[in-house]
Amino acid sequence: MRVFLTGVLLAAAVLTQTGAAVAQNGPLRIEITDGVIEPLPYAVPSFIAETAAANEMSAQIARVIASDLSGTGLFREIPASAHISKVTDFNASVQYADWKAVNAQALITGAVSVNGNRLTVRFRGYDVFADKELDGGGLQFTGTTDGWRRMAHKVADSIYSRITGEGGYFDSRVVYVSETGPKNDRRKRLAIMDYDGANVQFLTNSASIVLAPRFSPSGDRVLYTSYESGFPQIHVMDIGKVQRRVLSTDDGIMSFAPRFSPDGRTVVFSQSQGGNTDLFTMDINTGSLTRLTSAPSIETAPSFSPDGSQIVFESDRSGGQQLYVMAASGGDARRISHGKGRYGTPVWSPRGDLLAFTKQNKGRFHIGVMRTDGSEERLLTASFLDEGPTWSPNGRVIMFTRETQGASGRSLLYSVDISGRNLRPVRTPDGGSDPAWSPLQN
Amino acid sequence: MSGLTKVILVISALGLAACDNVTGGNSNTGSLTGGGAGGVADQTSPAYFQQEIGDRVLFVVDQSTLTTEAKGILLSQANWLLANTDYTATIEGHADEQGTREYNLALGARRASEAREYLVSQGVASNRLKVVSYGKERPLEICSNESCYSQNRRAVTILTGGLTG
Repeated sequence: MRVFLTGVLLAAAVLTQTGAAVAQNGPLRIEITDGVIEPLPYAVPSFIAETAAANEMSAQIARVIASDLSGTGLFREIPASAHISKVTDFNASVQYADWKAVNAQALITGAVSVNGNRLTVRFRGYDVFADKELDGGGLQFTGTTDGWRRMAHKVADSIYSRITGEGGYFDSRVVYVSETGPKNDRRKRLAIMDYDGANVQFLTNSASIVLAPRFSPSGDRVLYTSYESGFPQIHVMDIGKVQRRVLSTDDGIMSFAPRFSPDGRTVVFSQSQGGNTDLFTMDINTGSLTRLTSAPSIETAPSFSPDGSQIVFESDRSGGQQLYVMAASGGDARRISHGKGRYGTPVWSPRGDLLAFTKQNKGRFHIGVMRTDGSEERLLTASFLDEGPTWSPNGRVIMFTRETQGASGRSLLYSVDISGRNLRPVRTPDGGSDPAWSPLQN
Repeated sequence: MSGLTKVILVISALGLAACDNVTGGNSNTGSLTGGGAGGVADQTSPAYFQQEIGDRVLFVVDQSTLTTEAKGILLSQANWLLANTDYTATIEGHADEQGTREYNLALGARRASEAREYLVSQGVASNRLKVVSYGKERPLEICSNESCYSQNRRAVTILTGGLTG
């Protein structure tokens, strides 16, 4: 936990550490792996505005932190109306008894100052029932005012990490397909937003169908499939500049289902020729192609293992859709899914220990997880149509597409904890599908 | 009338969903009327191809094998294409919504390719026929039961070219 937190701090260029680290682990800890039934109660009073210009932002930052923490399902906020103590001085001693009285096991305090467009956020976390600060001490983030939500997410990530011992995921983004219009006239645009649905930005117009965007490992580029040429082809976009290019240029050959390798140099994808769909890799710089499979069956939805050595994909070579794992260079593949029904869209978790997938059985769709050898399958959701899982950067949460039934059916984004708890919609301005979660931002 | 036909063909060539609403489908049969050149009664017209011959074949759930009925329609399509050599065609493969996105793209590719191979087997030059799959992205019918799904599992032959006059 200490080592991990140090990593977060080093990775965040805008961070400076102000407080001294506490020497030993405190008792306040959520062991997520054991499963959490009762969320941990906490309080996050409005941060103290240290300059007049920070008045509004100091309250908003506390609200975003609360939204992040409570949104995990692991924490429960004690509302401000129940607070006994008012925190008016960031450096004053905390009245532990007042927070114990309202059963706030964790307390987060902070101070915000705004000078011009420069924003400074300081915060501390407290283990109320141990009468002390959380390990890690006070921290300070500095940046520009337009990045205030990101700073709130970084505070929440830090608190989450200290209490769970796991990496955070709040300072991250999601690229997805924004959808408007009825089923028979659906308009699709590529869009990017913060993980919680804030700051939506559209990356393409709706003139062409776009499908299944995927982040590069560094989060700066996105692969997606576009029908701009009249045929599905893979495009890569620099999301900072919103510049794009076509990766494959062979007219009339359909390419889709791209994903980056962990080193960002290779793209694995499907190509259909003569009605047969196989897997290929392409060197993203030279464009050179390598064929990975050559079977008359459908091979698609490939995903690299985090170490880059293996690829999981779906194939109907045994008759129906099932999951297979092979070496990243291709060759023999081992079937790993054996349950009833059909399995598709496998995605390797960032930790490497689990695969998320879509399962169809008896007319229902499920998002599920299994070990990479196919064991310990667990279904997390069930609906008319759930598909296309993507992992949070810490491997704790899965976001996916849920489409509702019937003539008025629409697609929305949902997320669920890998325990199967905390199923919730992700707020988007229009419909949404095909989410892809970014790595944690720097 | 020929002006209308041109518009239809241009839209079709772009492969947009809107073309389905303009150029046919059972519900629209007879929307292009008139006996003049380019009308349904003109056997060399795209309207005749779409509505009298039938521009689409349907598939069984999760299958790409051509049914006997589909083969009959494709045989007539092949004869028309052999007689009207100004036209080329793009065959669009589609799937119903009961499947994952990538799989349905691959399934649509199989369906379009099956239709194309049948046309080629009847003598249509392969370089006149392209295929594209839309997977489940372009359903014609929007209910969530078999009556709609059966219409959405299709391969549609979209004519291009023939834009003379």
